[in-house]
Order: sequence, then structure tokens, then C-alpha cells
Amino acid sequence: MKKVLTEQIADLEKLCDDVYKMTVRSEYVAQNAAPGQFVNVKCGGIEAFLRRPISICDVDRANSTFDIVFQVKGNGTERLSCKCTGEVDIMAPLGKPFEIDDRYKSIVVVGGGIGTFPLLYLLNSSKAEEKTALLGFRTKTSVVLENRFRAAAQHVEIATDDGTYGKQAFVTELLEQRILGQKPDIVYTCGPGIMMRKVAAIAEKNGIPCQVSMEQRMGCGIGACLVCACKTKKGEDDWGFAHVCKDGPVFWSTDICWDQCEDSR
Amino acid sequence: MSNNIDLSVNIAGISFKNPVIMASGTYGFGHEYSEYIDLNTLGGISVKGLTLKERKGNPPPRIAETPAGILNSVGLQNPGVEVFKKHDLPFLKQFDTRVIANIAGNTIEEYCEMAEILGDSEIDAIELNVSCPNVKAGGLAFGTDPLLIEEITSAVKRYCKQPLIVKLSPNVGDIKSMARAAEAAGADCVSLINTILGMAIDIHRKKPVLANNFGGLSGPAVKPVAVRMVYEAAHAVKIPVIGMGGIACGDDAVEFLLAGAAAVMVGTANFINPAVPLDIISGLKEYMKKYRYSNLKDITGKLELN
Repeated sequence: MKKVLTEQIADLEKLCDDVYKMTVRSEYVAQNAAPGQFVNVKCGGIEAFLRRPISICDVDRANSTFDIVFQVKGNGTERLSCKCTGEVDIMAPLGKPFEIDDRYKSIVVVGGGIGTFPLLYLLNSSKAEEKTALLGFRTKTSVVLENRFRAAAQHVEIATDDGTYGKQAFVTELLEQRILGQKPDIVYTCGPGIMMRKVAAIAEKNGIPCQVSMEQRMGCGIGACLVCACKTKKGEDDWGFAHVCKDGPVFWSTDICWDQCEDSR
Repeated sequence: MSNNIDLSVNIAGISFKNPVIMASGTYGFGHEYSEYIDLNTLGGISVKGLTLKERKGNPPPRIAETPAGILNSVGLQNPGVEVFKKHDLPFLKQFDTRVIANIAGNTIEEYCEMAEILGDSEIDAIELNVSCPNVKAGGLAFGTDPLLIEEITSAVKRYCKQPLIVKLSPNVGDIKSMARAAEAAGADCVSLINTILGMAIDIHRKKPVLANNFGGLSGPAVKPVAVRMVYEAAHAVKIPVIGMGGIACGDDAVEFLLAGAAAVMVGTANFINPAVPLDIISGLKEYMKKYRYSNLKDITGKLELN
């Protein structure tokens, strides 16, 4: 039987402005999680009634800890950003992970903003021979955990919207250039909907399989309440609403009907 | 210790091992929560609202968080009553718990057809959803007019082989007349409240948070409204009342029982804590132990007004 877990907070680090990394001690999560999965965290308080789904950023199996990186967006994450010690009430690991397979010898991850962080766990778990990380951030100060990405991938390219760090470009342009040089076996992406849609289109145009990590406002986090709907293809000409928490958050890009999936948050 | 405490309750001829039933729309068909809690411990489960044919549901976002509650507008996404009967009901029947089929339709004929389809199934009761606020013709139109409640209840009753529960909407001026209408038309029980119609606005986008603009409010925020309405309904009819709205602990459940409910339903609280039904059951036992009650009859309707 699965359980709600009460785990010890090992560390809380402010990475930049409003982005925090929390390290949680949990043997269960460290042993059972896979890249792309998320934890549903109870933040507490009347204003943060529901749990907050946050992707796992990395796992340290040897030390039985995992990291989550989150941006303060409202009352729940605000509360979480003040918890540097004590316990945290979580349901984890939840959701369908990225597909990692020996067939994929050359992989590219494309991340945007807060969506870059779950890709770190993927890079660290993949045994691919060639790993490339293409990361997009708003500005220089929002570029964080760069060293950990450099340790996890052979090639790391960074783009900022304002050109204050790395290349002044959209991360999707980095992907187009990368594909011109060499086609990877798979592309994984996580970030704003509009970015993932473009990444998916580029990958599909080049015949490269692509997995996307979708986001939607959630209720229960386990597939019972049906609120986190994501429009997906069903057979040849039909569609349906899948659910990001249980059927996802990771989907094959070709299964997504993008017309209703762009940043409806 | 608690051996002398009897939590069982009989509603419309069905015996529930305890009065804690999972509310429709919050528990799916039990699959997901069965990984977190032994469904055998539950009094019953009212399944996700069923329609005659599959419904895709509303576009996202379907949820908005509000103080101590949530607004939802799922829009009755479900695979249809036949699929439920074939694929989901057998799963639920593995467990020793009561299964209530919640049904919603566009027309009275649809409700009747669903009741007929479920007639030879192993469900224990039918809950008539005349109060879903999230689909245009998904019930609420029937549930805010006592004459229509009477018409639909008596029509469905003719096709219904199992006890009939009518789930009432709080989006009405006088809940007593709605409860009386259901009773007069042959309902075996009423359950309330469904969600309260509400709205949340994203002030930066200057748009409603929900794609459907409006949604149904649930969670602790609605509890005082629900307790009042359960009290009024319970004192207006002789048939049993199932109370719900924001229940998150044993003491909350006791409030509803005192107000006149024979049993309670638990919904939104499951999202935060899948073990909450067990907490509610043990909280209820503690309350009974404290006041040396041995039976739920010692609590139901025992409220004394000031």
C-alpha cells in the first residue's frame, strides 16, 4: 500500500530571486523515483489548501535524498520557501516518467526556465553516450545549477532572452542549430507550453522522437479528480482529455493536441 | 475498547458498515485511492458521475484554488454508464463496501435509461445528480425547481431497481422545498450539498481562472453553508439525509450527524490526505467514546437549538 510520507528537510537553498532548491531525505523516494516524476507537497495554510506538484530535480540514491526546485508563485510556494528545517508532508513519486532506453545513444534535452530542472535528473540517469543540454533562461541572474548540468552532459548550451548570458536566442533556435550538426535519437523537453510546442514541431519535422513534460493545474495528483486535463489524440481522428498527473506528466509529443495545451495556467 | 461502538447505519434498506461514504466526483471509480487505502474500510463509494454516453469533459483549467477550498469544472468526464458497468463495477465489487452509482443526464429519458441499464447490476443504490453546476444540461436545470425534481424523481423511480438517492443542489433559495419534492416523488434518501456555484478571477489576465468561467466550490469553505442546509433538509423530510460539504475530520462529520444526517460523504479532503476517511472514522469513534454513545442514533439529529 502506498503512503503519504512525512520526510525530513535536509537543506533549503535560494538559487536566485524567487527560485529555491529543497533537499529532502527520503529513502523511499530515492529508491523508487524516476526522472520526470513529481512530488505532491503539502504547503499548509488556508490559502494553500491543495498540495503543490513539483518535479524531482535530482536524486542521490547513496545518500537517500532528492532535490526539488521551485519558483515562488503564490501562497503555497511562499510557505515552502520558508521551510529550511523540519518535516515535509509529501505524496511521491507520482506520474509517468521519461522513457529512458539503451536505444537512445544520443539525447538532447531542451529546457526553459523552471522547466529545465527535471531534465537534470534525466541527464544523470540516462546512459546515453552523447548527452546535450540546451537551456533557456530569462536573464543572467536566472541561470542556476549550470555546473550540475555541465557535470551531467557533454554539451551544454545556454540562451537568455536578453543576451546577458550565453547566446541571445530562443532555446528552440539552439535546437535547430544542433540538429543541423547531428540528429539525436530522442529529444526531451520541459518548459513553457509555447516552447515545448515549437520543440515538438522541430523534432517531428526531423523525424526525431520527442517527449514532453506537460503542466496543468492539479487537484488530487493521482488521477481520481480528473481536473488536470490535457487534450490528446485518440486513434486516427478522435481526441480525449488525458490527465497530466497520472497519464503524464510525460507524453510523446505526437500524442498531444497542442491547440489547448499552451500555458493555460 | 471500542467494541461496544456500533458505526453501522441502515439507509433505505441498505446497511453501511460505517457512515463515511466517498463523495461522487472526487474518488473516480476507486482505482487510484485503492493504492493508498483499503477500500474495505469505507462505508461506501459514490462513483464519478455517469452519463448515458461517454463525455469528454470541459477544457482546462478545470480547477482553481480558493481560500480553504477549490472551484472545479470537470464537466462530467466519464466513459459512459455501460463502460462503467462492464469495466469498473467489477473492480469495485471486489471490496466489502457499498457502491452508489451517481447518474446525470440531459433529459429525463436519459436518467431513466441509465437507471434501467443499472437495474441488473450489482450497484447498491443510485444517486440522482440533479445538481451538477458544470454542464449546460447536466442536472442543475432539474435541481433548482421543486416541480422538476418531483417529475424527474418519480420518473426515474419507476425504472429504478435499487434505492434512489436524490443529490440536491445548494444553489437554491429554499432547500426544504427541494427535499420535500424529492420525498413526495418517492426518493428513498436525499444527499446534499453538491458544490456551490462560484467564480475565481485572474486579475492579471483579467479573465476567469476556469476555462468554463464558473465552477463548483467545495472544501472546508462550504461547510457552514452545508451544515445549515443539511439541518433544514433533515427537518423538512422523514427520509434519511446524507450530509456533505467540507468534511475533513471526525468532528466535522459529527456536526453533520447532529444536524440530522444519517451518514456523511467526504470529497475534497481526500485530495490532500488519502487516509482522511480513516481519520474521520476514528475521530467519530473517539467522540462517541467520550460521550459514551454506542450507536449513531445517539448522535443523528440530536442538535438542540439555542
